[in-house]
Amino acid sequence: MNKKIFSSALIEKYSTVIIFLVPALTLFTIFVVSPIFEAAYFSFFRWNGMGSPEKYVGFKNYTFLFKNGIFLKALQNNFWIIFVSLFIQLPFALFLALFLANSFRGAAIFRSLFFLPYILAEIVASLIWVYIYKGDYGLVGAIWGFFGTDAPWITADKEWALTAILIVVVWKYFGIHMMIMISGLQGISKEVLEAAKIDGAGPVTTALKIKIPILWPTITLSIFLSTLGSLQLFDLIMPLTMGGPSNSTHSMVTFLYDFGVGRMRLGFGSAISVIIFIICFVVALIYQTTILRDKGYN
Amino acid sequence: MQSKTSKFYMYLFLTLLAGIILIPFYLTFMSSFKTLGDLSSNIVGFPREWIFSNYSKVFAMDYFWTFAWNSLVYGILTTVLTLICASMAAFVFAHIRFFGNRFLFNYLLIGLMFPFASAIIPLFLKVRDFGLLGTYWAVVLPQIAFGLGFAVLLFRGFFKQIPSELFDAAYVDGCNYFNFFLRITVPLSLPIFSTVAVVTFVTSWNNYLLPLIMVSNEELYPWPMGIMFFRGEYDTDWSMVLTYVSITLIPAIVFFLLAQKYIIAGLTGGAVKE
Repeated sequence: MNKKIFSSALIEKYSTVIIFLVPALTLFTIFVVSPIFEAAYFSFFRWNGMGSPEKYVGFKNYTFLFKNGIFLKALQNNFWIIFVSLFIQLPFALFLALFLANSFRGAAIFRSLFFLPYILAEIVASLIWVYIYKGDYGLVGAIWGFFGTDAPWITADKEWALTAILIVVVWKYFGIHMMIMISGLQGISKEVLEAAKIDGAGPVTTALKIKIPILWPTITLSIFLSTLGSLQLFDLIMPLTMGGPSNSTHSMVTFLYDFGVGRMRLGFGSAISVIIFIICFVVALIYQTTILRDKGYN
Repeated sequence: MQSKTSKFYMYLFLTLLAGIILIPFYLTFMSSFKTLGDLSSNIVGFPREWIFSNYSKVFAMDYFWTFAWNSLVYGILTTVLTLICASMAAFVFAHIRFFGNRFLFNYLLIGLMFPFASAIIPLFLKVRDFGLLGTYWAVVLPQIAFGLGFAVLLFRGFFKQIPSELFDAAYVDGCNYFNFFLRITVPLSLPIFSTVAVVTFVTSWNNYLLPLIMVSNEELYPWPMGIMFFRGEYDTDWSMVLTYVSITLIPAIVFFLLAQKYIIAGLTGGAVKE
C-alpha cells in the first residue's frame, strides 16, 4: 500500500518534469544549440544551399576569410566599436549613474529621458540618424550651412562613416548601462555611505573609493554585455551605411549577411558564423572566470 | 546638503545633456509636420505651416496596417508561447529535485552566450526544410527558442522565493505539481510574468535580422522591415519617411512610460542577479 503511494508520487513527479521541460528543451535544442554544430559542418563545404553539401573544401573557407581584406576591415571595425563602447560609453554611463542614482527632484525624469534612445528599435534609431547626417536637409547640412559651406555626406565619406556609426552606438546604448549601474548603486547599503560621510569623505572620494569598487561586479557585467553587443552589431549599420562606402564600415555580422547569405555562399557564410561564435564564446568564458575569481571560488 | 550653486550647475548640465540627446527626436517630430520644401529650407525651426497631410497619407496606406498587424501577430504568438514554455521549465528547475536538474538548467543558460547571428544560415535552412517559410512560425519559433534562456532565468529566480512550505502544505491536501503550478505559482508570480511578457514583446517587435532572413513576402513583413521598405519607396520625400518614423516613436514612448517598471526590472534585474 505504502509502496504504491510512493511510486505513484514518483510517476507524477517525473511525468511533470518531462511534460514541463520537453517544449522548452526541444525548441532550444533545435533552434539554438544544433545550428552552431551545423554551421561548423557546413563551413567545410562549398555550397549554395541546394541539395546537400557535397563539395568538401577543408579549411579553405577559413583561409579565404582571413585573407579577405573586407573581413579584416570588419574585424577592425568591431574592435573600434568595442573600444568606444568600453572607453567612452561606459565611463559616460557611470558618470551619469553616479549623479542619477541619488534621489533629487527630477532624477526620475532625467533617467527616463536618457533611457529613451535605448527603447527604440535599432532600425528606427538608425533611420533617425540617417536623416540627421544628411548633407542636404539633415542637421549636419544645417550646421555646415550656417557656416556657409556645403556639408560632407558623412555616411558616404570613407573618413567619417565609421565615426558616424560610433556616435549612434554611444547615443543608443549608454542609457541601458546607466540604468544597470543605477540599480547597482542603489543596492549599496546606506550605512556604508553614512560611515564614509562621518569620516569626512567628499562626494568624489566616496565615488572613487567606495561606490565604484562596490559597483565593480555590475561594471564588469556592463563591460561583458556591451562587448557581446558590439561583436554582434548589425541593425544599426544597415540603414546608415549598409557596410559602405566601398565596404569600409562592415561589422562581422553585416559582412556575413552581405557576403554569405546575400550571395548564397552558405559554406563561406558558415565559416564567418563559426568565427563570430568562437569570439563571443571566448568573451563569455573570460567573463565567467573573472566573475568566479572575484567571488573567490577559485 | 549640497550648496545651491553646485545644485544649479548640476541641473544646468543635466538639462543641456538631455537637450543634446533629444535633438534627434525633436527634429524627427518637427519634420513630420513640414512640407518637403519647408523641410529642406528650414531644418531646425518649427514648421512654417503645420501640415498633417503626411500623417493622413501614411495612415491611408494599406501596407502600413499590414506591417503593424504582422508585428502584432509575431509579438503576441512569441510572447504567449515563451511565457508558457519558460514558466513551466523554470517551475521544474525551481521546485522539483531530480537528477539532472542543475545540468539542464545550465544547458539552457548556455544559450545566453550564443550569438544569434551565428545561427542564421542553419536556421534558414531548417525552417525551409520544415516547410515553414512563408508562415508566421518561421519567425516565431526561433524567437521563442532564443528568448527562453533569459526568460527561464528570470522566472526561476522569482519562483525560488515562493516558500517550499507552501508546496508541502498543498501536497498534504492532495494537490499535485500541475495544480500547484497553475493555482499557486502562477497567481503569485504575476509581476514576473508581466516583466518577461514586456521584454519578450519588445524584443520581438524590434527584431530585424531574423525576419530579414526568413521573410521574403511583403505581406508578412514585420514593422522594422516595413520601415526599410517604406524608406526605399520614399527616398526622395523624407518628410514621409520621418512621419512614418514618428508614428513608430509615439506608441513606443507611451508603451515605455506605461511599462517602464517592468522593462527596467527585466533588463537590469535579470542581468544583475544570478
